[in-house]
Amino acid sequence: MINWSIQGIEVLLALAAAPLFAGWIAQCRALLQNRKPPSIWLPYRNIRKLLMKEAVLAEHASPLFRVAPYIVFGTMICAAAIVPSTGTRLPFSNAADAIALVGLLATARVFMSLAAMDVGTAFGTLGARREMMVGFLAEPALLIVIFVASLISQSTALPVIAERLATETFVLYPSLAFTAVAFALVLLAENARLPVDNPSTHLELTMIHEAMLLEYSARHLALMEWSAALKLFNYACIGIALFLPWGEATGDAPTAAALLAAIPMLVLKLAVGGAVLAVAETVFAKLRVFRVPELLATAFLLAVLGLLVHLLLEG
Amino acid sequence: MAALSLDLQILNTIAALFLLLAFAMLSQRRVVTLVKLLALQAALLCIATLLLAYRTGETHLYLSALLTLLLKVLFLPWLLNRLIKRLGVYWDSEPLLAISATMLVGLLIVIFSFGLAQPIVALASTATRSGIGIAIAVVLLSFLTMITRRKAMSQVVGFLSMENGLFFGAMSATYGMPMIVELGVALDVLVAMLVLGVFFFQIREQFDSLDLHHLESLREDE
Repeated sequence: MINWSIQGIEVLLALAAAPLFAGWIAQCRALLQNRKPPSIWLPYRNIRKLLMKEAVLAEHASPLFRVAPYIVFGTMICAAAIVPSTGTRLPFSNAADAIALVGLLATARVFMSLAAMDVGTAFGTLGARREMMVGFLAEPALLIVIFVASLISQSTALPVIAERLATETFVLYPSLAFTAVAFALVLLAENARLPVDNPSTHLELTMIHEAMLLEYSARHLALMEWSAALKLFNYACIGIALFLPWGEATGDAPTAAALLAAIPMLVLKLAVGGAVLAVAETVFAKLRVFRVPELLATAFLLAVLGLLVHLLLEG
Repeated sequence: MAALSLDLQILNTIAALFLLLAFAMLSQRRVVTLVKLLALQAALLCIATLLLAYRTGETHLYLSALLTLLLKVLFLPWLLNRLIKRLGVYWDSEPLLAISATMLVGLLIVIFSFGLAQPIVALASTATRSGIGIAIAVVLLSFLTMITRRKAMSQVVGFLSMENGLFFGAMSATYGMPMIVELGVALDVLVAMLVLGVFFFQIREQFDSLDLHHLESLREDE
């Protein structure tokens, strides 16, 4: 019972921290670009503002359009429960392994794209098509990244992978270095970050993620933006679980104290990770849409190389 | 994985980075960056040789590392950069195959050479034997770099990187070649570089370009 309540608290924490993480990245980016940084609380204010507004729906919107934000938000909450962010032995973590997690994230993408095409505006369809293109190129790379970690720890469950890597004696895995870079590229592509999509753009011809949300307003838009932040947070936590799992609460029956102790470590890792992400976004220029497959092919290549290197050097 | 000692782990990591650099060279269109990558590759080779020398206690490996440092990390890139500036070739023209297609071919080559190395690895007795597959892959990838480029400059860089791969292979399989062979190869590379440097100017004088595609026609007039 206590485990379930801890699990609930973990999910609530993820929900609360996701917009903060997004705000932190925005702040780092602004500082790096010599702009006055926006308040770190801006995403919260944005969500509150949107929640208080009256929702306006397109005339021909089907029920799917109205349901989609709740589905997307729900899948993201599920994913937040599965990803081991503070402890590895929480009850919900065993509900799905990493492959199912990728499927869960794909479900969210499918509903988002369907909703974007539902109203029938040109931009929504354009955004949905691009999103599906990015998705189908990024997913194999992500799966192979997970397979390499699975081969090392003999399990496809994220918590087991994280626990294995966190508790064994320190070993240099060249294959994990390859897959870490591949994962970073996938993270940038999947979360509509800079070389692939600019999260702060509203220039119609280049946007992917924003194009899909154009028809949404008020509470629906708030949920969509919140789930985008949560998705980024989840990806960051997956990355931490795969590549930097030290400091998480491991072992049977996590006590509340151990989980509390894991939180500062997580905050530190997220803060550093967010800053690195902001640097990457400042250094990269936006790619042409036609060059995006090349970037993701590189990610796939790196992941497969990691797999081969693992088989040859670490087998 | 059985716990390897730390220096072997570092050697394995260097081997992996070596492979990564070969891929970076395969995808690179700018000649200047290509030369930088070559120098980096040689530097990795130098570090690997030093580590191996420390591990096995063979003194000739220290000399080999010094030779690599002086010749391949410092002198050759300097020479190449000077040539690039004198000749004004900064970009290779569009490669024969699209970059992403080349990468996929490269991936197949890596799988092929890992398979090829399997029986050799089974026979070798050195602790670094897993590097053999990577060395073969790097040699073949450099070969692919040479095949897919048009400009003489990038082909020479591919040639030099192939030589680096060969050295790495020799190191992984037998802890380095005998000193006299190593000196011979180093001298060969040096002379080849100087001769090719002269060749570059000749080629350019003849055709006003370093595109080797012009060398294909055999007629005397034109």
